[in-house]
Amino acid sequence: MVEIAGVNKSYDTANFVVKDLSLNIYEGEFLTLLGSSGCGKTTTLRMVAGFEEPTNGDIRINGINIQNQEPYERNVNTVFQSYALFPHMTVYDNVAYGLKIKKIKKDIIRESVTKILDMVQLGGFEKRYPAQLSGGQKQRVAIARALINQPQVLLLDEPLGALDLKLRKQMQLELKQLQKMLGITFIYVTHDQEEALTMSDRIAVMNSGILEQVGTPTEIYEHPASKFVATFIGETNLFEGYIQEVRGQDVSITIESGTIRASGEGFAAKELVAVSVRPERMKYSTEPVIGFTVEAEVIEQVYIGSILKTIAVLPNGNQIKIERLAGQEMPEKGKIFLYWDQDDAKLIHSMSQVFFEKIDNICMGGGAAS
Amino acid sequence: MKGRKLKSTVGPAAVMVGPVTLWLAFFVAIPLLYVFLMSFCSLDENYNVVFSFTLDNYARLLDPNYISIYLQSLLIAFLTTVICLVVTYPFAFLIARTLSKYKAVFYMLVIIPFWTNSLIRIYGWRTFLGANGWLNNTLTAMGIIDKPLDLLFTKGTTILGMVYCLLPYMVLPLYTAIEKLDKNLLEASADLGAKKITTYRRIVIPLTASGIFSGSIMVFIPCLGLFFVSDILGGGNSDIIGNLIERQFQSGNNWPLGSALSIILIAVTLLLVKLYQKCGGDLESLGV
Repeated sequence: MVEIAGVNKSYDTANFVVKDLSLNIYEGEFLTLLGSSGCGKTTTLRMVAGFEEPTNGDIRINGINIQNQEPYERNVNTVFQSYALFPHMTVYDNVAYGLKIKKIKKDIIRESVTKILDMVQLGGFEKRYPAQLSGGQKQRVAIARALINQPQVLLLDEPLGALDLKLRKQMQLELKQLQKMLGITFIYVTHDQEEALTMSDRIAVMNSGILEQVGTPTEIYEHPASKFVATFIGETNLFEGYIQEVRGQDVSITIESGTIRASGEGFAAKELVAVSVRPERMKYSTEPVIGFTVEAEVIEQVYIGSILKTIAVLPNGNQIKIERLAGQEMPEKGKIFLYWDQDDAKLIHSMSQVFFEKIDNICMGGGAAS
Repeated sequence: MKGRKLKSTVGPAAVMVGPVTLWLAFFVAIPLLYVFLMSFCSLDENYNVVFSFTLDNYARLLDPNYISIYLQSLLIAFLTTVICLVVTYPFAFLIARTLSKYKAVFYMLVIIPFWTNSLIRIYGWRTFLGANGWLNNTLTAMGIIDKPLDLLFTKGTTILGMVYCLLPYMVLPLYTAIEKLDKNLLEASADLGAKKITTYRRIVIPLTASGIFSGSIMVFIPCLGLFFVSDILGGGNSDIIGNLIERQFQSGNNWPLGSALSIILIAVTLLLVKLYQKCGGDLESLGV
């Protein structure tokens, strides 16, 4: 449906805001571009909308290259972060804007506007001006104004960013329902990982202009492809070390504080890796467990509503988080031994293979000389 | 208790407001009152002002010769305003949007001429455009024209001078209004299918209307009074209300009539400002 193929964007030819981005978005999909500010997600969205031009690469919609189309020629619509409602027009005129420009008959416009305002639960607000609306209402008008044009793709640039938490949660569900009902492809930009997990069919995680991983929320959460993804999506405990031994899927890793185990494929001994273990999968014992030699000292317990969180410190000072539903047993004080089910620990290549080989070469070269 | 409280607030307030009130009384209220009273006086046979209440001065304002000058004055003011607007709008748009990095430079370019007296600058135009002026001499020397062009002393040159004098008053309000315009709105309009020209018509112009309106008022009103421009560049061919007033006070030596004319001009000005306010303009952007 939307194909982003090898797109680069740079304002000064030296620093890339978006680097070699290739991404296919399917018909009727809710895809979220997720990343911290400055990661290139909004720039990507603006390139699809036509407000920015890629430095190189192609963007196609339904197989048609839209590179040379002006924003007004593209059958995509945007919901802006700041809503960008026209302040001198009523809600009705704002929503009708796109249809008026297409010179559609007045009674048809009236019918469409009424229908779409009802859909976003703003029936009866036609005569108000944007200044007389609350944040959530403005947001609905912005969505209605975009959707009334029946775009092939709706682009949403952090549309809920300015709303308070409660309203944001409510709007998340509403937006998701709206998208399902209409079957329109949504490309949604946010920096809020929770929002991305709640709403998306697929998430594309971006970091410094580079696409780190694309996948369903479960894939992204359970199988992070990089350290960045592991730490950015949800909370995690990250251990860095090198592989001591590989036996089939069973991998044994040496870290600063001891030995741990994980499972993974395509890893070799001596390789530098990171191991990600989610706080809710972290286990503890008062006695050592086979394969694990990591000890930690419990320092604090925190209640977060339905969740109980324990913080423990490794000998090297790193903090470890353990989470359980409230009411479950948790260590209170003293030393504990950390372990986990091997399948709950995700192995991540810590450095690129190329870099690792380079180090290997340098070491071996040094050895030969001596 | 109550008295002490009053004392503590009234004292400083009087200190603050007092001088301003005195200043306004001396320099605004008393002169205005003087002009107002003068407009009901008459002249004796020796052209001395006598205080005997009369409406003659106002009746004389309806003289057909005067009326044609009022109309001419309004026409000149209108054309000046339109030209200023058309010339300035794209310029202000460019500074506010595209070249905002250099806005300080442009600002200075607009302001610097103001440091020279406008009378001198208008004389400068006369020298520039005159039969033996720089422009005619250059064109003759280049062989483009045989004999000097007759450029001075037309309505056109008066309007040129007016535009030249009043342009900065248009730049500033327009610039302010355009700078306030949210770039997202232009993008939103394009996003919803509007071509550039439609976006200008439906979004940009309505949203900068306050700037257009205050700029226009600030050009139109002084344009009715800048008598020296039409004197120097119009050579008596394009008299405006300002010329009429000036002549009554100077060569005509008829202060009561001049005062009546002034009162009318003030009334028109106030009417325009009131209209501006009615249309939602705020007085602050007029510098009032």
